[in-house]
Amino acid sequence: MSHSHTDQEAHNAEAMAEIKKVTIILSVFTIIELILGFWMISLTSAALKLAIKGTIVILMMAKAFYIVAYFMHLKHEVKNLIMTIVVPLMLFVWFIGAFLWDGNSFRNLRNDYNPYFKEQATIKVEKKEEGHGEKHEVESKHESVEQSKETTKPEATPYY
Amino acid sequence: MSTTTTTASPNEAQLWGGGKSPFSSEYGKVMMWYFLMSDAFTFGAFLISYGTVRFSTNGWPNSNEVFRSFPFAPEGVHAPLVFVSIMTFILIISSVTMVLAVHAGKNMDKSGVVRNMILTIIGGIAFLSCQAWEWNHLHSEGAWWGMNPFLNADGTASTTNFTNFFFTITGFHGFHVFSGVLINIIMLIMTLLNKFEQRGHYLMIEKAGLYWHFVDLVWVFVFTIFYLL
Repeated sequence: MSHSHTDQEAHNAEAMAEIKKVTIILSVFTIIELILGFWMISLTSAALKLAIKGTIVILMMAKAFYIVAYFMHLKHEVKNLIMTIVVPLMLFVWFIGAFLWDGNSFRNLRNDYNPYFKEQATIKVEKKEEGHGEKHEVESKHESVEQSKETTKPEATPYY
Repeated sequence: MSTTTTTASPNEAQLWGGGKSPFSSEYGKVMMWYFLMSDAFTFGAFLISYGTVRFSTNGWPNSNEVFRSFPFAPEGVHAPLVFVSIMTFILIISSVTMVLAVHAGKNMDKSGVVRNMILTIIGGIAFLSCQAWEWNHLHSEGAWWGMNPFLNADGTASTTNFTNFFFTITGFHGFHVFSGVLINIIMLIMTLLNKFEQRGHYLMIEKAGLYWHFVDLVWVFVFTIFYLL
């Protein structure tokens, strides 16, 4: 009887240590993400920004792993259960890759074949508080409510 | 009682032979996992469509210029990332208190469950309040579904895609937080009514915990994708 009691206590201590460890890991990863985010504000180099964004995505995946594995306890489940959850989620590998590729390809196509779309990306627009621009497109839907306020609506109608 | 054995292979062979749960997990918990998996695909589809649209557009607003306000901060003070990091930590901490509630439930420690459930509910309400403030502030700046007052990072005109996705996805996540808080309140009431003491187990707390952690998990992605990338 006393033996099982100490077993229980040891198990409890182990579980609490695990919770503490994962909490610290999640907090540290979040702080690193935020530091990288703050650092990125002042950066101009596109390559460096891309590298930082990649690091942030890796940290995000690591956080997701720790939440699912330890907080949601999946790591301590039976292997069969883990597989029925994890294997279907593999679909995301295709899902993300294919759709981002598709979006990128669509942008390239439009830049090649749609001069208006490409032109829109070169016209700088003044913010409303800095005076009215040359375009006189009126968005009749919202003007009655929104014009009176100090809104910063772009003057040009953007092209989707 | 325990179904785990040290030798894996004979256990493997008899696993589906009947007489015991092959997942050695309770039915409701397994079903909660499958529900969360389907929910993960819903959120995944939302976030991937956001990524697709963003990749198919030449310009996009800079999140550090859009999300830079803070409650009670004087006009003109710009604090990018500060408010959302507070929201993130609120959700992480409420997730930790939820783990502690589940842990207390496993030990049949009713007072521990009650204490940690209350803390989790407070965390959830605090997160929702932060989100309500942020939505209200963005709306006062002229942002809403179909309305985008922000320019692209390079100064060109932006489409409403940015605000549409932002309000839809954070709104859908906020709705999950809201239902999570409701579930947690129901679990707290059931604990206080000794329902789980009578059943002899706190498995319902574990299932509510799975849902609550999933809400935290989704926020990890939403926070990173909207505010950092």
